[in-house]
Amino acid sequence: MTYEELIKETALADDRLVVMTAENRALIRNLPAVLGPRFIDTGITEQTLIGAAAGLALRGRIPVVHALATFLTLRAFEFIRTDVGIGQLPVKLSGFVPGFLSDGNGPTHQAIEDVSLMRGIPGMTVFAPADEADMLAMLPAIWASPAPAYVRINTRPATYEHAPFEMGKAEIVAEGTDVTILTYGMLFEQTLVARELLQAQGKSVGLVNLRSLKPIDEAALLDVVRRGSLIVTVEDHFITGGLYSILAEVLLRNQLTARVLPLALEERWYRPGRLSAVLEHEGFTGQHIARRIAEALGEGNASFAARPILENQFAE
Amino acid sequence: MIESKRDELAALALRVREHIVRLSTDGGCFTGASLSCADLLVYLYADCLNVRPDNLTDPTRDYLFLSKGHDVPALYGTFVELGFLDKARLAQHLSTDDHIYWHPNRHVPGVEFHSGSLGHLPSVALGVAMDCRMRGQDNKVIVITGDGELNEGTVWEALLVASAHQVNNLTLVVDRNQFQANVATEDLIPLEPLAPKFEAFGCEVRRIDGHDFAQLEDAFSALPFSQTKPSVIICDTVRGRGLPSIEARADRWFCNFSAEEVEELLRELHSQEATTLTSETLTVR
Repeated sequence: MTYEELIKETALADDRLVVMTAENRALIRNLPAVLGPRFIDTGITEQTLIGAAAGLALRGRIPVVHALATFLTLRAFEFIRTDVGIGQLPVKLSGFVPGFLSDGNGPTHQAIEDVSLMRGIPGMTVFAPADEADMLAMLPAIWASPAPAYVRINTRPATYEHAPFEMGKAEIVAEGTDVTILTYGMLFEQTLVARELLQAQGKSVGLVNLRSLKPIDEAALLDVVRRGSLIVTVEDHFITGGLYSILAEVLLRNQLTARVLPLALEERWYRPGRLSAVLEHEGFTGQHIARRIAEALGEGNASFAARPILENQFAE
Repeated sequence: MIESKRDELAALALRVREHIVRLSTDGGCFTGASLSCADLLVYLYADCLNVRPDNLTDPTRDYLFLSKGHDVPALYGTFVELGFLDKARLAQHLSTDDHIYWHPNRHVPGVEFHSGSLGHLPSVALGVAMDCRMRGQDNKVIVITGDGELNEGTVWEALLVASAHQVNNLTLVVDRNQFQANVATEDLIPLEPLAPKFEAFGCEVRRIDGHDFAQLEDAFSALPFSQTKPSVIICDTVRGRGLPSIEARADRWFCNFSAEEVEELLRELHSQEATTLTSETLTVR
């Protein structure tokens, strides 16, 4: 099953579903022929795309809307906030190449404030699947919900067999006593490697795939906090407004504190390049994540082997 | 248009203008911009569109989207006169106990969608029009924009897309009252020649006097103007129409009058005969 096959299957079973795009067709090339007038390409017009999606939703449709994550959440931000948000309409936003996945495009294309922006809209839900399998597991529930939703689209092949998706629940991959890694989206793959590398050196490492950033699985976060060990948030997002901020909010709300190492992008865009080069340069390969965690644990001399990284396919 | 109908619409519009004037105090409202589109809204709701208090959930009703959302007083005045809205709610203007504030919202029956941020509803209306067409329904979908609102690129973007998709059940209506918020449009971002701009964007255009019910009827009853294009109706109007003391004045967009001034304006409103509103008052001061 692919993303396109899932939409096709869902749309053929439910004629409320309408597929829209601002001329980003990388994952949905075959849908025009299948969906006919229920496939609407508005051209390079993210704002009109969202406004029209709101109009279609007013008429009872469920628009699944596609554009590059950065243009969708930034260019059309006010349309999302004002038309979809105030209207509380079931518009489903599929953001392509979020975070590090826009690898070689450069800062114009880097959606690394999208989680912050989208979760700031009342009623909006926000999801970041770890890989294609994780994404396909969550999309049916997201599309069936009456809430507006933003999904960081991620079609990278799974390197982990995921548990079934439950709305608002994080996936607890492992519990650990030395450190717990909290992450979401495409970096899950690298944290899995980092965990393995640290475990091989005798560390007990917990790992949580958040899956949903809003609603957030507060109970899962509090469980980790109460364990008392180092917490590491790993995200391809600005440090402001993403998972690190979410964790801080949860801690304050519960009058708790914790030792937290945030691995995020601090006040700068990342250096563009092929995905492996970006992760290497920015310190987000499994190897680098393991090293940065070991340093935080006071074991700066530990050395970890590099692992090959699957490059990204170009997606317009 | 037969004379009796015209007189009826004029009488209705006068009552709507009374509501507008009465709302222009205790915090005020967008008086000038409301008076310019009062005749248009009265004509559309009273005599043109298939939308009534009893069919607001009927998917085959006609849709009107007020993108220039600041003329709430004209819209709600029309709603009160036609039974969409309880008149008592107007007394709740700017009270947090109700939802009667400066921009339209769906807590008021008949409001299809909230507005206030300019340049939004052309695309929302486009989505609705596309869906009506997809379902084989022939609803009219009307979106009213201000002329200053045409500064917003998203109005034009929506027309490009509507034109590309040949959305012929979408009609964009411009309340061409010659003013932005604070200055004359032609002194800030000139719009003329306006009709050719819409034509160049693939629309079929008519330009009429937006205060003349017969012209409104002629234009709207000819919709859709084309089988393959969206329609545009430019309504030439006067900001503040009906009150010569504030007509076509840059400083009468938003007004907050004293109770005495309101009484004076109501007297002025009733002293006006339709025939006295000539081309003289159309001249931008």
